[in-house]
Amino acid sequence: MTEETLKPQEKKALIELLYQLADDDFLLSFRGSEWLGLAPHIEEDVAFSSISQDMMGHANLYYNLLEDLGEGEADRIAHLRTPDQYRNAIILEEVNGPGTYLKEPDYDWAFTVVRNYFYAVHKHIRLDSLRHSAYGPLAEAARKIMTEQYYHLIHWEIWFKQLMTSTDEAIERMTAAIQKVWKDFGGVLTLGPYYEDIVKANFIDDENVMKKRWNNKIEAVLKEVGAHYPGEPRMERGNGRNGVHTDDLKQATSTLSEVYATNPATGW
Amino acid sequence: MTVGMSFNQLNEEEKMTHFLDRINAGEKIEPDDWMPDDYRLQLIRLISMHGISEIMGALPEKEWVPKAPSLHRKLAIMAKVQDEMGHGQLLLRVAEDLMAPLGKTRHDIMEDLFSGKLKFHNVFHMDAPTWGDAGIIAWLVDGAAIISQSMMLDSSYGPYARALKRICAEEVFHAQHGESIILAMAEGTPEQREMLQDALNRWWESLIMFFGPKSAKETGNSNADKNIMYKIRTKTNEDLRQEFFTKYIPRIWSLGLTIPDDTIRFDEDSQMWIYKDADWSKFKQIVSGNGPQSQNRLDLRRSSYKNNEWVREALAAKKAI
Repeated sequence: MTEETLKPQEKKALIELLYQLADDDFLLSFRGSEWLGLAPHIEEDVAFSSISQDMMGHANLYYNLLEDLGEGEADRIAHLRTPDQYRNAIILEEVNGPGTYLKEPDYDWAFTVVRNYFYAVHKHIRLDSLRHSAYGPLAEAARKIMTEQYYHLIHWEIWFKQLMTSTDEAIERMTAAIQKVWKDFGGVLTLGPYYEDIVKANFIDDENVMKKRWNNKIEAVLKEVGAHYPGEPRMERGNGRNGVHTDDLKQATSTLSEVYATNPATGW
Repeated sequence: MTVGMSFNQLNEEEKMTHFLDRINAGEKIEPDDWMPDDYRLQLIRLISMHGISEIMGALPEKEWVPKAPSLHRKLAIMAKVQDEMGHGQLLLRVAEDLMAPLGKTRHDIMEDLFSGKLKFHNVFHMDAPTWGDAGIIAWLVDGAAIISQSMMLDSSYGPYARALKRICAEEVFHAQHGESIILAMAEGTPEQREMLQDALNRWWESLIMFFGPKSAKETGNSNADKNIMYKIRTKTNEDLRQEFFTKYIPRIWSLGLTIPDDTIRFDEDSQMWIYKDADWSKFKQIVSGNGPQSQNRLDLRRSSYKNNEWVREALAAKKAI
């Protein structure tokens, strides 16, 4: 399937899916970039900033696919939509902790490890399915992204397992972080209101199939590190795929667009 | 050295002569080779300062990472700050090897940074209030860094020379990234040009300071002279500053920007740039931790080091999977 052969209903569904993919990576990459210089050690600063950079590149690929579908310039759609137009899951927009990246950041490494690991597992499952997407340009992008994402998954899995099997304090902090992420991680696992059209057009696998894969994997890992599997993750604060968001998204997008918004028409 | 005689049987003076002969012949000193304590201490001072400056140097640009005005610029500045962190890590590993015989580790470097004993480069104590500053930093601060680091590519200490080779290769991309930002703004709206000129005005004196004072009398410090003797470096501070002027002043002028020094000119007779010197007492204040952003940026590192103590403890307690 190419842009020319898409039926209007399919195109609408594809655009919805692409915004989910783009905004998920865009927001989590932003939260990652806020950690620069604040990671637990310098080696992690090097690795984490590389991962954030990769993820910004992935978001850029998806925004460009949207541009190709007539959604407007990639920079404009990345920076200048209103909060209700973003399609990322709520848990990915959440701040890293109290303070800001410029002043008194009291960031939570356990939350960052859990959120990134859970997301990396899902992203891997999602990409594995997108490789066979009926929309050719998306399948091609997914294959490119996968070569990088594989290393992200390993990176966060090592962190997750190490901290979950170390000191009492680490286990306690990680367990609290799992509980926190669990409340909203369901938002990552859903395809939103256009779910049926997205799946019918074979853009990606059924969300229930992918959800099951994610739950199986996480349940096995939790068992491996001696932790309790709390049942399916929830979506307590609403579904970001519907445009429901928190103030953390507003804060994120106003930072991300601060300079661009002063004059979107000029070259920067 | 006399044939058949072991190096260990030489007295200190003979060892020193042998060492100076080696570096004068252009040989590289490796971590396990004998070296005078003074040489080791000079290297530790220089390389740990260089390494920690790369790390502290990521902070002013980090302020602009999320705010970079397009996806393309975001990707480029993210790549750049990631490189800087990588340089810091590479250099700290070189410093750690040199410190090991003294029983010191990375932890000591961080503690010395927090206490103010270990200084970092003057430029990273300064404010970077606009996107124009991000451009000037990448273009001119990195441009200045290339000039001062290139001179040490042939440093007598092998691991440092090899690390610098990698670092300089990446710095060239940074300066190009900076130049590209500068060009876009210089060709842009009047507001963009004004933002750029303001940033240049802010950074000019810091750039003069970047290379250090002309001679020991301004700061009472003779490390530069010592490092030339040890072939750690090959040029004086003033040589480097003149090189920087020759490379960048014509480019700055060709963009229609004004250098905030109306005395600056090239003197044909002496073949030197004449310029208004920096206020070196201010320089001393800045690098002692009293610059406009010194304590804010140190606080970021201090608090994150403390917040993440539990992580380092968890890693130390656990054998790697």
